[in-house]
Amino acid sequence: MSIERFINQSISSWMNADGPQADIILTSRIRLARNLKDYLFPTIFTKEEADKVLKQVESVIPLLNLHPLKDAELLKMEELQPLQKQVLVEKHLISPSLADQSITGACLLSQNEEISIMINEEDHIRIQCILSGLQLQAALDLANAVDDQLEQHLDYAFNEVRGYLTSCPTNVGTGLRASVMLHLPGLVMTQQMRQLIPSINQLGLVVRGIYGEGSEALGNIFQISNQITLGKSEQDIIIDLNDVVQQIVNQERAAREAIIKTSGVQLEDKIYRSLGVLMNSRIIETKEAAQCLSDVRLGIDIGYIKNISRNILNELMILTQPGFLQLYAGGGLRPFERDVRRATMIRERLQMENNN
Amino acid sequence: MHFTKIINGEKTEIHLCEHCAQEKGTEFMISGTSGFAINNLLAGLFNLNSNIEQLNQNNPIQSGEIIQCDRCGMTLNQILNIGRFGCAHCYKAFQEQLNPLLRRLHGGNWKHNGKIPQRSGGVLNIRKKIDILKETLQTLVAKEEFEKAAEVRDEIRLYEKQLQEGGE
Repeated sequence: MSIERFINQSISSWMNADGPQADIILTSRIRLARNLKDYLFPTIFTKEEADKVLKQVESVIPLLNLHPLKDAELLKMEELQPLQKQVLVEKHLISPSLADQSITGACLLSQNEEISIMINEEDHIRIQCILSGLQLQAALDLANAVDDQLEQHLDYAFNEVRGYLTSCPTNVGTGLRASVMLHLPGLVMTQQMRQLIPSINQLGLVVRGIYGEGSEALGNIFQISNQITLGKSEQDIIIDLNDVVQQIVNQERAAREAIIKTSGVQLEDKIYRSLGVLMNSRIIETKEAAQCLSDVRLGIDIGYIKNISRNILNELMILTQPGFLQLYAGGGLRPFERDVRRATMIRERLQMENNN
Repeated sequence: MHFTKIINGEKTEIHLCEHCAQEKGTEFMISGTSGFAINNLLAGLFNLNSNIEQLNQNNPIQSGEIIQCDRCGMTLNQILNIGRFGCAHCYKAFQEQLNPLLRRLHGGNWKHNGKIPQRSGGVLNIRKKIDILKETLQTLVAKEEFEKAAEVRDEIRLYEKQLQEGGE
């Protein structure tokens, strides 16, 4: 398969980088956790019960009256190859625990991959919406619309005092996790990020790397999300997150301007060296690729590099992950082979830019 | 390179080449420990808040009973070990132990203040209406306006019937 076709088949709508403030904010994500009241939580339910949950949700799918879910596809974890599951994880469409640990786990995925509904993960139902750029409100509206449709046909575990009941008490109440993925090379370069993280934490928000809990901030990409799910309305949760994110964006812009002013040539040198590495290397590891992609993306955002489109960071951060590389290669790859493939894929992708 | 991780008594052996260990090794370690940390944290939050009375309750030898969810059978200790509840009813069964924990997890909050499901939310709304009507009924009876009271009583019955039909 040609690289162009492979990429076209692989990208989700959010990777197009056409959302508001997409120069700094990669995605806005909303997740709603819901459970069915008549079944034990996935914590301890039996295979038989898990099957019943899936069957019940499956029976409701044809009744959902929501345009974005038209032609949505139900993916059952048992029927997928390990590599296919890994790719879905790398695209943030399902969680690692749904892929590896769930009993009768499944995912209903919309055509444009903006909506994914995980079934039998930590909770019976997890509705997830991902949009490009800063669009928390739109993502919440979409998730609520999906939620309303499901609720018409399913009996949720809900309690007046505690709200939506979830298997983990950290999610109870709204069941809402709102998160924003940001590219913050300016704040990292000026060493401000380290100071910023504790103050963000104090506001009841969590900062993480690109692949969630415990992962490092590869390529200067950070995820910021709400911690508190109980006692605040959905609206207030996203307003508060939005405010903090907007402040961080402003600081990132200020940091970029400061670097350009004080050390413009050094920055330009760093960016073009990274572009050189991406265009010419024959072997490249994940970490180096992520750092160079971050530099090049910064170069595009501040106007040093003009002939490369902005979405290469979004695309290549995902496409150079181990699962995707192996899918493209058509089979398992040893680590060294992956590094070679990664270098090749990046070169070919940059070549596509020059052809356009 | 060989890793052995033991989580909840389940032993997993992982064999990695040096390269993967570099890329993935820390991931295994971190994901392993973070899950562990969350459970510990939850257990800590419960314990920090437990007063002597609660400790006694938690100790089956002293109190003679184990708090257990009467629907799924999970005990408080099991929940602490896993860091998750077994079913929706656990929230009722462990109601008393839950308030301090939720306050700590959610910045002092313990009561839901967000979305209400449309369908079962309708039931909530009907219950509210019945409560108001019952108050009206009492005032009417006190004023000896029996004709009006009878009307209100019929209205309440109508709503109560709706509740029953709603499968509550």
